[in-house]
Amino acid sequence: MSAVEDRATGGAGNGGAVPDGWEIVVGLEVHCELSTATKLFCGCRNAFGADANTQTCPVCLGLPGSLPVLNRRAVELAMRIGRALHCDIRPSTFHRKNYFYPDMPKDYQISQYDEPINADGYLELPGGARIGIERAHIEEDTGKTTHVGGGGRIHDADHSLVDYNRAGVPLVEIVSRPDVRGSEQARAYVSELRAVLVAAGASDGRMEEGSLRVDANVSVRPTGSDELGTRCEVKNLNSLRSLGRAIEHEAARQVALLEAGQRIVQETRHWNEADGRTSSMRSKEEANDYRYFSEPDLVPLVPDAAFVEQATLGLPLMPAARRKRLVSLVEGASTDDAGSTDQVATVVDLGLDELVVAAVGLGADPRLALRRAANEAAQRPEDARRLDATIFADLLGLEATGTLSSTQAKTVLAELLEHGGEPEEIARRLGYEALSFDELAGVVDGVIAAHPAEWERYVGGEEKVAQLLTGQVMKATKGRANGKAVAEAFAARRS
Amino acid sequence: MREQLSSESVAHIARLARLQISPEESERFAVQLSAILEHVEAVRGLDTSGVPPTSHALDLRNVLREDTPRPCLDRADVLAGAPQAEDGRFRVPRILGEEP
Amino acid sequence: MTEGAGGADATAIAARVRSGEQSASGVLERALAEIAERDDDLHCFNSLMADRARAVAAEVDRKVAAGEDPGALAGVPVALKDNLCTRDAPTTCSSRILEGWIPPYDATVVRRLVASGAVPVGKTNLDEFAMGSSTENSATGPTRNPWDPTRVPGGSSGGSAAAVAAGMVPAALGSDTGGSIRQPAALCGVVGVKPTYGVVSRYGLVAFASSLDQIGPLTLTVADAAAVLEAIAGHDEMDSTSLELPAPRCSEVLGEGADGLRVGVVSDFLADASADCSAAVRAAADVLASAGAKVDDVALPELLHGLSAYYLIAPAEASSNLARYDGVRYGLRVDGPDVETMNARTRAAGFGAEVKRRIMLGTYVLSAGYYDAYYAQAQRVRTIVARAFARAYSQFDVLLAPTSPSVAFALGAKTADPLEMYLADLFTIPSNLAGHPAMSVPFSLGESGLPVGVQVLAPALGEREMFRAAAVVEAGASRAARGPVGARSVS
Ligand SMILES: [Mg+2]
Ligand SMILES: [Zn+2]
Repeated sequence: MSAVEDRATGGAGNGGAVPDGWEIVVGLEVHCELSTATKLFCGCRNAFGADANTQTCPVCLGLPGSLPVLNRRAVELAMRIGRALHCDIRPSTFHRKNYFYPDMPKDYQISQYDEPINADGYLELPGGARIGIERAHIEEDTGKTTHVGGGGRIHDADHSLVDYNRAGVPLVEIVSRPDVRGSEQARAYVSELRAVLVAAGASDGRMEEGSLRVDANVSVRPTGSDELGTRCEVKNLNSLRSLGRAIEHEAARQVALLEAGQRIVQETRHWNEADGRTSSMRSKEEANDYRYFSEPDLVPLVPDAAFVEQATLGLPLMPAARRKRLVSLVEGASTDDAGSTDQVATVVDLGLDELVVAAVGLGADPRLALRRAANEAAQRPEDARRLDATIFADLLGLEATGTLSSTQAKTVLAELLEHGGEPEEIARRLGYEALSFDELAGVVDGVIAAHPAEWERYVGGEEKVAQLLTGQVMKATKGRANGKAVAEAFAARRS
Repeated sequence: MREQLSSESVAHIARLARLQISPEESERFAVQLSAILEHVEAVRGLDTSGVPPTSHALDLRNVLREDTPRPCLDRADVLAGAPQAEDGRFRVPRILGEEP
Repeated sequence: MTEGAGGADATAIAARVRSGEQSASGVLERALAEIAERDDDLHCFNSLMADRARAVAAEVDRKVAAGEDPGALAGVPVALKDNLCTRDAPTTCSSRILEGWIPPYDATVVRRLVASGAVPVGKTNLDEFAMGSSTENSATGPTRNPWDPTRVPGGSSGGSAAAVAAGMVPAALGSDTGGSIRQPAALCGVVGVKPTYGVVSRYGLVAFASSLDQIGPLTLTVADAAAVLEAIAGHDEMDSTSLELPAPRCSEVLGEGADGLRVGVVSDFLADASADCSAAVRAAADVLASAGAKVDDVALPELLHGLSAYYLIAPAEASSNLARYDGVRYGLRVDGPDVETMNARTRAAGFGAEVKRRIMLGTYVLSAGYYDAYYAQAQRVRTIVARAFARAYSQFDVLLAPTSPSVAFALGAKTADPLEMYLADLFTIPSNLAGHPAMSVPFSLGESGLPVGVQVLAPALGEREMFRAAAVVEAGASRAARGPVGARSVS
């Protein structure tokens, strides 16, 4: 690392965002292992964690004479991904990508090149940004290499050991357009993509087991420019956290070089989680000459409409559509509460949107349903996903009518999620009886008497003082008062 | 007449093909490959505008197998031919380059 | 040739074994004895599978004794080209790089042969990885032509062709990528068939050029070739390029004659063949004409471009197919300080000169900057060849051509000049590029008393017409041009 790069990135783990005046541009390549029963080209099981080299056969070991035959389910899952990402699902062919590596049994990878099965789609993030998807193609995975000696790192190792259980596992590689801006959005893209892949039934989404693997193409440019800078591909991003850190670090390194009048060399860089740096990977001159050519052992894939229809049948609503559905519910309601985007995203993330939609269908207030789902139900998402919508709607009804205060409603909901039961029964058991009109009137009058100065200001038109006064009423009633009723009581005494 | 392949080109191809070649072999390959390329030069000159390429002799499509597990090989058979094995895996000398 | 397998054809042996007149085990032992006696001189075999063969033969005999159907090829000893995978028996491709490798599985054709009662006896020599036309590019040494041991048997299936021609076995399997069954068949005086691409499963055939490779039989007679093809052909779910069709029933058309058959003589090839080889084609055409065929010349100059296209496409595919021989999983390893060096040293030590040459050529034509000029252009020429054939087959049912430009040449005659050797496949390559069937039938004796083969070509899935014509050509051929030759009573 040069002195310029070192100063800019401040060493370990200190990769901040780029200075003002610069924009980070990211394209992401995500490899997703498909959840099929067998591998892409043979009948060996596709399962994680078996003893080394026990899930192999002549085909996935690339033994002389063996031939690949394409797994129908892998094709169906690839088409489901394509449909979920709004891609064109097209006739496609397979190519060989030739390079030598010990974890690749044939020393070529069967992949799709100029005719991928899915092209030209997009992924919509919470908040509405659309990231273009250039392609999502089928290819085979490699085996797994363990480095022995030298702390398990490739360059210091004494020797390496290869297990081919993973060789030939079906992958879909999803390549985004360079539409992602910054590390936050990159993380949002990957979490959203993960949710889509899981919803499509294509993947278990486990990043820690390598089911999802992310490479980031990072470049920087002056804010306002619409030209792309020279990019570097950052590899070895094993979590959302490393993805964010690596992008920030890499962008800072590039800005520092450019500000020092140097240029960026297009290359592949390796993210080292422990050091918090990217470093240049040894790249040989011929490394990128993959000599692609049409795979003669496989025939073209030309799915007709019926095949695509059958494969994508029963595809559930994707997160973006589910978010839209919630937003449209809420927008239809009268509300003064802004900033629902995060709540919508949380509810959809946790799979609680069905509950909200159903409760609203039963007459619950949409705003309130969303809020209780995003805040309270979200604390126990698994219980909440099992919660009967009728019960949830009943609870929300009790709160909306003022029978229960918000504080009480939250406590009842927590109780419901933990132990089950009926809202009214729980409220009774907890002694939550609504304040009578007279009882509330007494407390309100008491609070006005105790705070004459504040009351004067409120009467004088200072609305925000109402908060303080309401707080006092809540305190005196230990939260049993209904906020709306309190507001009405104060308003009535002012006029 | 085509130019003869340079020794740099031959060395580059040998690296791509992962073949260690001696200087004498390099010289011989330069001569022989150039002669073969010279011979196929006629092909390059043919007018093939509007002619689609053929990569497969047959016009087959959509050959698929069901996603049904089949028996795997015994690990003893898998490793039987291994030049070196350790711990149920294939053992190789240390790897210089990372997976591209 | 007083007794034994030597001399008897496959159909005759199967008939005798099925009727109980002869035991499969007895036939096998005589074949093994014949091989033991003569193979030191000819070197047809890389290895024998005697134990397995004895077990298979015993099973055939048991079935016959028990009154079960022992299969159409019951007791027929068959030699396998040593690029066909055999469980528990070495498969070397005549390369050092596969030294000691024993496949954990059988090729589909081997399973089917055994299922039909045939007895695989051993693995035959070939040009390393099937790259060559003389069986001289072999790590185990050259095979010699039984007609004249100073000459080559052709290649790359030279061991299979010579073993049949010598009467060691009545049938063998070979593989044909650019003529590797037909050319040695012609040079050894036996019948050799390359079926339509996709008719015979390639599963278990060690790949040379996957879009061109096809397995087929080498036999003494056309009828035997039909019988063996019927046993090995048909759809295989292990090969994506396998056609979903039953094996072509060629045996039943052998007696149909040539009446009304439209035969085209590929005139462009005659000029490039030696006088004896082109004369044989003319004579064979006359045989067909007198049998009622309508014979005419057809000009197909485009086919001559096939050779150049082939020498771009086949090495390109080979360079990729042969990448896996890297010293990691099986076969030879020459150690090194790191895996990259180990790979490069292993491949340098394990591959012979011709294989290296083709890997280098194939790598070059696929590499950045050259792909369009060479590889993509060769694929367009492939289309041009296929279109020329389509034109011909709009007028003709089958075509007639020389198989080889000359009779068997002397050992060493062409080893110094790769291009000279490549020309041996000039007439056979176009069928591979188009994926069409073609076969060589021994027809006459040419220069130096050596056999000359005539090639019958047909359009895709035209096997029945091809065999029909071949049977007529065979009936009109000189019996002296056909093996077996030089069996022990003679030598
Ligand atoms: Mg990829
Ligand atoms: Zn497998």
